[in-house]
Amino acid sequence: MSIEVRHLSKTFGRFAALCDVSLHIPDGELVALLGPSGSGKTTLLRLIAGLEAPDATDGAAVLFHDENVAGRPVRERRVGFVFQHYALFRHMTVFENVAFGLRVKPRSERPSRAEIRERVLTLLRLVQLDGMAQRYPSQLSGGQRQRVALARALAVEPRVLLLDEPFGALDAKVRQELRQWLRRLHDELHVTSVFVTHDQEEALEVADRVVVMNEGRVVQVGTPEEVFHHPADEFVMEFLGSVNVFHGRVEAGKAILGPLTLDYARGVGAKSAPARAFVRPHELEVDDHANGRPCFAAVVQHVNAAGPRVKLTLTADAGESLQAEVSLERYREMRLSPGMVVYVSPRDLRLFVDGEQKVVG
Amino acid sequence: MTEPAWVRWLLIGVSVAFLGLFLIVPLVAVFSEALRGGVGAYFTSLIDPAALSAIRLTLLVTAIAVPANLAFGLAAAWLIARFDFVGRSVLLTLIDLPFAVSPVISGLIYVLLFGLQGWLGPWLSAHNVQIIFAVPGIVLATVFVTFPYVARELIPLMQEQGSEDEQAALSLGASGWQIFRRVTLPNVKWALLYGVILCNARAMGEFGAVSVVSGHIRGETNTMPLHVEILYNEYNFVAAFAVASLLALLALATLGAKSLVERFSGAGQRGGGAA
Repeated sequence: MSIEVRHLSKTFGRFAALCDVSLHIPDGELVALLGPSGSGKTTLLRLIAGLEAPDATDGAAVLFHDENVAGRPVRERRVGFVFQHYALFRHMTVFENVAFGLRVKPRSERPSRAEIRERVLTLLRLVQLDGMAQRYPSQLSGGQRQRVALARALAVEPRVLLLDEPFGALDAKVRQELRQWLRRLHDELHVTSVFVTHDQEEALEVADRVVVMNEGRVVQVGTPEEVFHHPADEFVMEFLGSVNVFHGRVEAGKAILGPLTLDYARGVGAKSAPARAFVRPHELEVDDHANGRPCFAAVVQHVNAAGPRVKLTLTADAGESLQAEVSLERYREMRLSPGMVVYVSPRDLRLFVDGEQKVVG
Repeated sequence: MTEPAWVRWLLIGVSVAFLGLFLIVPLVAVFSEALRGGVGAYFTSLIDPAALSAIRLTLLVTAIAVPANLAFGLAAAWLIARFDFVGRSVLLTLIDLPFAVSPVISGLIYVLLFGLQGWLGPWLSAHNVQIIFAVPGIVLATVFVTFPYVARELIPLMQEQGSEDEQAALSLGASGWQIFRRVTLPNVKWALLYGVILCNARAMGEFGAVSVVSGHIRGETNTMPLHVEILYNEYNFVAAFAVASLLALLALATLGAKSLVERFSGAGQRGGGAA
């Protein structure tokens, strides 16, 4: 079931949580709504579910496979909603929690007791909780609770599955496991799913498509690869992983960005303009001697070698702090240690002049 | 514990002496006074028609006031915990009003409203409706005084629990009534019971407000606390203390029920808290 939202806005009092958002989510995809807190991602999810009503603006619509559900109450939309804090019914067993959506159906649609039992046990097997049916939510770990919540949402055979920060309340290791498990589950079920997260790593790892949001608007939609390597603007660049920012200007065919000076052919003849360059830590080449390419000197401040890549904190001449990454072999070869002078040159960078991305060269 | 032993024993001694003097001794006194004339006299004074009528009236008033405030308390708590509306804080303040106002004043307000010289008095007497110095007035005064108990128990709990459970139920297709019966009510059942117990105790024991509106007509508008006062003023100590001992027993039963609820709800929280 594809989802389409058109011109959705939502204001709470004077705060505009969502401003005229339109978005298409193709059938069967797993999509992440990614953004910092206050970016409107949860609001968008709740509008899709119907837990919140959009502002009454012209053309505002929520479509499930071409059917406009904007006016329909939640209970008629058949969405599966999973909450960050699980929202399990604490006085019911795991079994009863999962069976809830089936038991509250009108008599004519309600499956028989045997069918309910069959369906619930199948779902518990699917979320790997067979044998836990008679436990209460308080007797489960966070990861188990979230899987119960997922089974409960799936029990009513929802047309779309909506997850609000599903792993937000879990610790790092369980989080990692559960998101890979969610990916596999989605590959099995193919139900159109949207999940909200503020964790870029999670979004990039799990989703087919990432919707980056900021200040109530959609900033970029694309595959994880697209948004990571071709960020639409400075916000996306900064939000998706750590990045070094060089502030400066372009003038007379040059881009002068702090310690870094590059050729900028398009700037010849144009008037001087403020510019910023973004370079990810792994795109900075670190060498122990100047190798002829445009580079600048920096002093190693801190070395973190705990991991497959060695993370360096450097200070350039003018005092800017930089993050860089080198492989373990290079680190050993150069015998990097705090206080050492190294030469840094960007392998790749993204230049934004007046907020617009430009090609360097 | 770093305090020397004598400090500890002194503090414990002071607390025990205080509790004994102000709580235990009066309780013992009630029962010993009631039984002073022997068990026979005790029961004779309880089956006296006026005493029986007072007991009946108290039970009747409680049977009306408690369900009324149960319904009101649930509705008000739900409204205040789940919705943000204009006048929400006014409603919260109004719920606390009976705690703030002296019960005698509450009684007087009803006399002022419904009494013969009151605002609605002439109209009521023209239509042959008697509220003051009759059962309806006693019920009204009791409802007013016991108004906050249930709501006050529920509001903090419902605010803390939030509405995610209900939203989850909603997204699973449950109707409003199904959500209330299967999710909301089970989540607050212990607090609700606790509130009802306190409300019940206060409804049976209320003196001030009821005293003002009742008119003290023996055998008709006397509740148990009022009956105790009349007997006492007539120097009929054995009978007075016998009826008082019933109220004291009720208080003890209430305390017992309250601690049971606390224990079970504590277990319920541990056994069911979704954290």
